Amino acid sequence: MAMLEVRNINVYYGSIHAIKGISFDVDEGEIISLIGANGAGKTTILNTVSGLLPSKSGEINFMGQNLLKIPAHKMVTLGLAHVPEGRHVFTRMSVRENLEMGGFSVPREELNGLMEEVFRHFPRLKERENQIAGTLSGGEQQMLAMGRALMSKPRLLMLDEPSMGLSPILVDEIFSIIRQLHQQGTTILLVEQNARMALSIADRGYVLETGKIVLSAAADELLHNDMVRKAYLGG
Amino acid sequence: MTFLQFLITGLSLGSVYAIIALGYTMVYGIAKMLNFAHGDIIMVGAYLAYFAMGKYNLPALVAVMISVLVCTLLGVVVERLAYKPLRKVSSLSVLITAIGVSYLLQNGAQLLWSSAPKMFTSIIPPNTIRLFDGQLTITHLSIFTIVVTLAIMIALTLFVNNSKMGKAMRACSEDKDTARLMGINVDTTISVTFAIGSGLAAIAAVLYASAYQSISPTLGSMPGIKAFTAAVFGGIGSMPGAFLGGLLLGVIETLVKGYLTTQLSDAFVFGILIIILLVKPNGLLGHKYSEKV
Repeated sequence: MAMLEVRNINVYYGSIHAIKGISFDVDEGEIISLIGANGAGKTTILNTVSGLLPSKSGEINFMGQNLLKIPAHKMVTLGLAHVPEGRHVFTRMSVRENLEMGGFSVPREELNGLMEEVFRHFPRLKERENQIAGTLSGGEQQMLAMGRALMSKPRLLMLDEPSMGLSPILVDEIFSIIRQLHQQGTTILLVEQNARMALSIADRGYVLETGKIVLSAAADELLHNDMVRKAYLGG
Repeated sequence: MTFLQFLITGLSLGSVYAIIALGYTMVYGIAKMLNFAHGDIIMVGAYLAYFAMGKYNLPALVAVMISVLVCTLLGVVVERLAYKPLRKVSSLSVLITAIGVSYLLQNGAQLLWSSAPKMFTSIIPPNTIRLFDGQLTITHLSIFTIVVTLAIMIALTLFVNNSKMGKAMRACSEDKDTARLMGINVDTTISVTFAIGSGLAAIAAVLYASAYQSISPTLGSMPGIKAFTAAVFGGIGSMPGAFLGGLLLGVIETLVKGYLTTQLSDAFVFGILIIILLVKPNGLLGHKYSEKV
């Protein structure tokens, strides 16, 4: 059984049918990339998995539990963490407080140890521990958003556009950390517009077009697929 | 010397505004709604203390505690019944609902307790301190009010900055969906905020009624509006802003009354508010950080 099984979900924004009967799997230990153009529904899928949006039908099973019946704030305790698109750090709180929020559901005595581990991945955050998050650069905010998610010791980490708005050097840095996290045993579901980057580290990928999965294959295969090359990799 | 007299009177009045404004601003910060029924919670608090002391002869401290407890519950119940079902609809609907709750409480009070004003005995005996050969008189109530307000502000600041619930409140006030992703129960956090705001309203009620010594079902509307103004003045959503705004409003109001005009004092106060907002649209201490993309 897959770690995350999404079966036939349908999501609406008012009368707009945004996700049209999508199904996919994430196996334990995998990196899965969802790629697609702006508005294809990538973010909507992640928001539905973490319970921020309702699905009108179907099931989302995460390690045997149907997530559609569980409120969003209970997801972290199941081992599911979500780094939202646009980082969404708490801009008026310090770096440390942001990390504490990430560890909201873990016992107080574990917080410091977890924070040290986050600082090992992101030494820059340690330097800025007491700085207000709103004053960080975009790259630092992305690191904080990821570090914050790691505070809940997730089994599955969902990353929404981690490369958005970052310089190429920072994108490389963020992706090498994603690889590290994966090597340490975290399963990763990655949503990216930067399809080349996303597929280069993934095991498998799904291609989304206007709310539907149009292609799914091993990441290598997608990188060499003509349709994918034309539409998402610049020819 | 008269200036100093006005200043102290103003600080005392402003302290009451500040306590009410803290409730306004906390609720706005987290629920993004203007709880126009907040002033009427004050009225209920004043009546509760009145009955506890006047009818059942309970000591002032017990009366205040009862008032705080019942108002806290009332605030939570109002939020659950009237505002929570509207969390996903337009903020205009919530605003109108809050006005409705306000009238419901006012009319309910008229029905239960009649619209005739009642004499409220100050919880602090009407003694004064005389300084500079009696040129400056300060009532014990003024000092008590200022001290209580300072204590509340300090306690609340410590709570919001350091406690787990306080941090959750700040997280929710900034971004509810992301707070949910952290594992924060947003509904509980909003309830706690309403509880604190309404409990504070009860304390403000007793201090306000002690100063004016008369209560009626419409007692809450004017301090409610003033405190709302104070909260906007200081930067809505900001606790130090509400505190500063409340104190400033009280001082300005008293100075205008003392030196210029009594009848037009409110016009002056709101006029100054308009000017401040023209210069600083986010209020004196409004938020300034933003997310980088």
